[in-house]
Amino acid sequence: MKSLIAPLLLTLGLSAPFLAQAHDAWILPSSTVLSGDEAWVTVDAAVGNDKFYFDHRPMALNGLQIKDPAGKDIAAQNAFSGAVRSGFDIHLTTDGTYRIAVVNHGAMATWKEDGKPRRWFGPLENLADKVPARAEGLQVQERLSRVETFVTKGKPSQLDRIDRGLALTPAAHPNDLVAGEKTGFTLTLDGKPLPDAEIEIVPEGSRYRDQLNAITAKTDDKGSIQVTWPAAGRYWLHAQASDTVTSVAQADKRTLSYSATLEVLPQ
Amino acid sequence: MNRRLRTHTLACMLAGLFGTGAQAAELLVNVEIPRLDVAEYHRPYVAIWLESQDRQTVRDVAVWYEREKPKAEGQKWLKDLRQWWRISGRNQDAPADGVSGATRAAGKHTLRLEDTATALKDLPPGHYTIAVEAAREKGGRELLRLPLKWPPQQPGAATVTGSHELGAVSLTTRP
Repeated sequence: MKSLIAPLLLTLGLSAPFLAQAHDAWILPSSTVLSGDEAWVTVDAAVGNDKFYFDHRPMALNGLQIKDPAGKDIAAQNAFSGAVRSGFDIHLTTDGTYRIAVVNHGAMATWKEDGKPRRWFGPLENLADKVPARAEGLQVQERLSRVETFVTKGKPSQLDRIDRGLALTPAAHPNDLVAGEKTGFTLTLDGKPLPDAEIEIVPEGSRYRDQLNAITAKTDDKGSIQVTWPAAGRYWLHAQASDTVTSVAQADKRTLSYSATLEVLPQ
Repeated sequence: MNRRLRTHTLACMLAGLFGTGAQAAELLVNVEIPRLDVAEYHRPYVAIWLESQDRQTVRDVAVWYEREKPKAEGQKWLKDLRQWWRISGRNQDAPADGVSGATRAAGKHTLRLEDTATALKDLPPGHYTIAVEAAREKGGRELLRLPLKWPPQQPGAATVTGSHELGAVSLTTRP
């Protein structure tokens, strides 16, 4: 039995990057378009396969970044982590667009110690401490992921370009999406348009239908795609990429992922 | 009242000056809020606005909401006037300022706008749309649009009837 387990672990270890991407992540705000002097939104954050259903794990909120319309960091309130979801509240006190993101920048290493496979995930700064500089079969991968959403009180405000990792620049405002209308997006990698990349868009409510109804599109040579929203509702948009642009010497590969929750309103 | 009187006087003076006659072009907007037999009824929020075909020109005619609520709490629900909020309301520093009024009871309401009214003043001649949107607490939302050619060359009228939150909505224009 033992001899069987070892090769199995090895296989798991080798395919870890894919395993780690097997579950999707999302953050889901209670509202995206608000009015009034002040407002509150509550946000759920989870990891799992079925978009916007909480049936697997809560999302760790260590990488949570909330930017107010002026680009200033603001704190989440009432943050908690439950069995299948985490959550937090945001007090919106000024007009404009709030960008809510969970950004994780870390590494994954696999190697062999005394012939046994070892694996480590963690933040970049702990890499040197936790992973031997030299080891048999050592492979280190840098990982950068951004899971985000947008909420606007009052007039939508301009969003800053994201200079590191994968991100999306909507031609229209992400809180101005309406069923039946077309929206253009540009996918960027380190702030530069990324051509020929696949973007997947999954509408909410898969529990109540037989098919996922995902929309897939490849970015053109300018890194852009056009989406015509088939219906109102929340959508989960996802893209991934990999390259060799690493920020730590040990890593020879970088994997990147991006996902956004977008709300499309009816006409 | 004073301001209205002044505007009116000024309009008459200008009319006299240019010899266009005493009659100013006018627009009547008739909005019917249906009487609904529901367990818990709240008067709807209603927005009436004018927009050009490319929506480059958007002018509010009226916004009826719970303006009188303490701590501006009524503004929290302005976003439920979904299209108005998107096209007009949220783009203003003080949404609905100057055109807002209290919510209105079920029945027929008429707004009379002379060409000196804020929504029509110096409006470039062309084809426009008058939109009427209603949203009701614990109820639905409905949006109706009617075409408007401004300024009118001859008397005109247009009517559309809503199906749940709005009754008959009509425009009458006089040159």
